[in-house]
This record gives sequence, structure tokens and C-alpha cells, in this order.
Amino acid sequence: MLPIEAEALSYAAGGVAILQDVSLRIEAGPPLLILGPNGAGKSVLLRLLHGLLRPGRGRITPEAPTRGAMVFQRPVLLRRSVGANIRYPLALAGLPWAERRRRAAAALEEVGLAALADRPARRLSGGEQQRLALARAAALAPPVLFLDEPCASLDPAATRAVEEIIAGIAARGTKIVMTTHDLGQARRLAGEVVFLHRGRVVEAGPARPFFNGPASAEAAAFLQGDLLW
Amino acid sequence: MDVQDLGSAFVAAMALVRHGDPDMLAILGLSLRVSLAALGIAALVGLPLGALLAVARFPGRRAVVVALNALMGLPPVVAGLMIYLLLSRSGPLGAWGLLFTPQAMVIAQAVLITPILAALSRQVLEALWEEYAETLRSFGAGPWRAVPTLLWDGRFALLTVLLAGFGRASAEVGAVILVGGNIEGATRTMTTAIALETSKGDLPLALALGLVLMVIVLGVNALAQLLRDAALRRAG
Repeated sequence: MLPIEAEALSYAAGGVAILQDVSLRIEAGPPLLILGPNGAGKSVLLRLLHGLLRPGRGRITPEAPTRGAMVFQRPVLLRRSVGANIRYPLALAGLPWAERRRRAAAALEEVGLAALADRPARRLSGGEQQRLALARAAALAPPVLFLDEPCASLDPAATRAVEEIIAGIAARGTKIVMTTHDLGQARRLAGEVVFLHRGRVVEAGPARPFFNGPASAEAAAFLQGDLLW
Repeated sequence: MDVQDLGSAFVAAMALVRHGDPDMLAILGLSLRVSLAALGIAALVGLPLGALLAVARFPGRRAVVVALNALMGLPPVVAGLMIYLLLSRSGPLGAWGLLFTPQAMVIAQAVLITPILAALSRQVLEALWEEYAETLRSFGAGPWRAVPTLLWDGRFALLTVLLAGFGRASAEVGAVILVGGNIEGATRTMTTAIALETSKGDLPLALALGLVLMVIVLGVNALAQLLRDAALRRAG
């Protein structure tokens, strides 16, 4: 699956250009954080890379119905038990019954939800739901995992828990590609950064230099917390 | 019709129930068997059809949805007449010899409520599909694979849909009286018995039967609601 190569992607919705001429390469390694102000096109870029949307122009290789797995900003949990939520995509992936149970148990253990396996998933708290969504995606052992603002509506404690889970998934060799509007979180997790502004890639590269001294005025303003339009 | 009639209807209803009047029990049993069988058949056809319509996108889909919604209002007596023509001895299915049998009544009620189940489940499951579509696609499940998922995850809402179908089937009189014939001991149901007693002028008995029917329907609904609540508590 890796590297994923996006070449000159453009995407428009309702006549409004959302992404223009976006090229990037996703390789194995530490987490890639996609940063940028609201409306920069981060979520659309994730959906294009995952395969949920088709680019208007440009192409993404390898070509596949979907690439890797994805966790949405507001995850949709099935109206089933916590355990059944994890087993469902594993069944779709064609894994045998015993393997589904084994992986589901391990994934729940990892996110600290093992004791809640038989609970209705939609009765969990926000933080627990997000952890379950992460476990559900991670149980697929995807080569790449796309995360769209995984901590957007979580309190600091739940955010910490989710970050630890993400770091754990990354440590096991899954490439993390995520968006966030939390710069502290970006600094903690990022190995690489892509900075988007108005639907274009303004900067891309290793995280440390980007945070220490961005090359572009837009990124510098963004990092200082200035409003960007 | 006055208060006295109503009072004697209650007395008659109580007497019917207390003595476990065997004729009434047989009629009641047949009514329930016919309506439940019709509900079973209609559910096997209508729920998957509704789910398919919820996820499928094809030219003419809107027309199908509109037609289905219109069929919900199909007058029972018209449905009964069509089944009658099909099953009558000179009709295309006359050789089956089903006219004036309970099976004919099952067919009529199933025809009547299948569009109801399909249209209502389409509505319920389309909302669920809107919520699930992106997630299921992310897992690699297309619309076809989503159908069983939606039917299962929408099971609590679908129970209400089934109740609506059962209510319509068990309350229906026009179709079963045409294709069943209201034959005593064979095809007499609660509703056709009520119609008969009313036309004979035995209003207290008609009312009593009506009260019993209402209590039964209420009981079925209450039971289904209890089951639903219990299952919801367990499964969310």
C-alpha cells in the first residue's frame, strides 16, 4: 500500500475549489500531520487519500476502492455491542471467526475498553466512543490509518488517552495520517507535516524544522495563532 | 345506539371472555393466525425491498418510492377484489382452489401490507443509511452489503414498522370479507364477525367483539413495546 503518491489533486464541490494542485507522498515512518486553518481542505484531502472521494483532477496511486482505514471526526458506531463493532469490519475483510474474536479482544484491551465489550456501543461516553473507533480501525492492522480531528470534541484527559493510543498504533508500524487544529497535539505527535492553506500545499516536510522555523509567512502566522484567511 | 347499548356491550364482552366462548376463541384464533401469517410473508418481502430502495440509486427510483407510498393507501376492498379475481374459479389462479379459504385471506392481507412495510422501512432505513454510508464505505462495504447491516441495526425501528403492518392487517375487513367469504367456522374473523353482527342488528355483540379485538391489538402492541425496550436496554 505504501508509499501512497498523490499527484496534482484538485477537488471542487458545487463549483467551489476546495483543493488545487495538491501533490504529496506518504511513506512509512512517523505520523504525518496535515495542518492548516479551517476550510483549508484537510478533511477533503484525507477522504481523497482514503478513497471516499474521487479527485476532480490528478491521481492517487496505488489505485484502490479504499486505501488503509479511517476514523472520522464524529465516529459512527454501529447499533451493536462494543465487541460487535470491532468484529464487523473484520468480518467484511473476510477474517475467520476465531481470528475476529482474537483481534477484537486484543484491540479492546489496548484501548482499555475490554470490560465494556458487551455494552451497547452508542451508550459509551464521547472519549470511549473515539477510543472504540480507533480500536475498530486499528484491529484491521491497516498499513495506513487516516484520522480526521480525532480529538476535536474531547476533554484533555480523553485527548491524552487517544494520543497514547495513536502513538501505540504508530509504533506497531501503521502509518498515521491525521488532521488536527490542536498545535500542541501536532507538536507531540508529528514526524512530518503538510501545511495546507486555501486548498494548496504551502509547506511539507519534517516536523521539527517546520515548528522551529516555518519557511512561509502563512505557516508562521498560523503557528503564532493568527487568523488566516 | 345509546349509553345502555354501550353498557350491555361491556357486559356481553365480559361474558364472552369469562366463559371463553369457544366460537369467539376460534374466530379470534383464526384472525390472529391469518394476520400473523400475512405479516410474516409481507415482512420477508417488504423489509428487504425497503432496505434495497433505501440504498439503491437508479433512474426512476423516485417514481418507485412515490408508487410505493401511494400503495400504502390501497383501499382494502380494491385489493380484495383483485385477489378475488385472481383466485376465482375462472381466474388465472383459480386452479389453486384458494378462494374462500384462510390462505386467500392471508394473501389479501399480505398484498395489502407489503407496500406499507416496504415504504415505512425504506424511510427508516434511508435515514440510517445516511448516517452509516461513509463508515460502511470506509470498511469496503457497498450498498448491497449494507442491506443486511441496515436491517439488523434498524431492528428496533423496524419493529414499529411491523406493528403498523400488523395493526393494518388485523383491523382490515374489506379484503378478507371478499376473498374469505365470512364463512362460519372457516373464514370468519373478528372484523368480519363484527361487520356481520352489526348488519344483523346485534350491536352489543358487535361492540363486544370490537372491544375484545381492541384489547388483543393493544396487548400485542404492549408486548412488542416491552420486548423492544428490553432489547434496547441490552443492545443500545
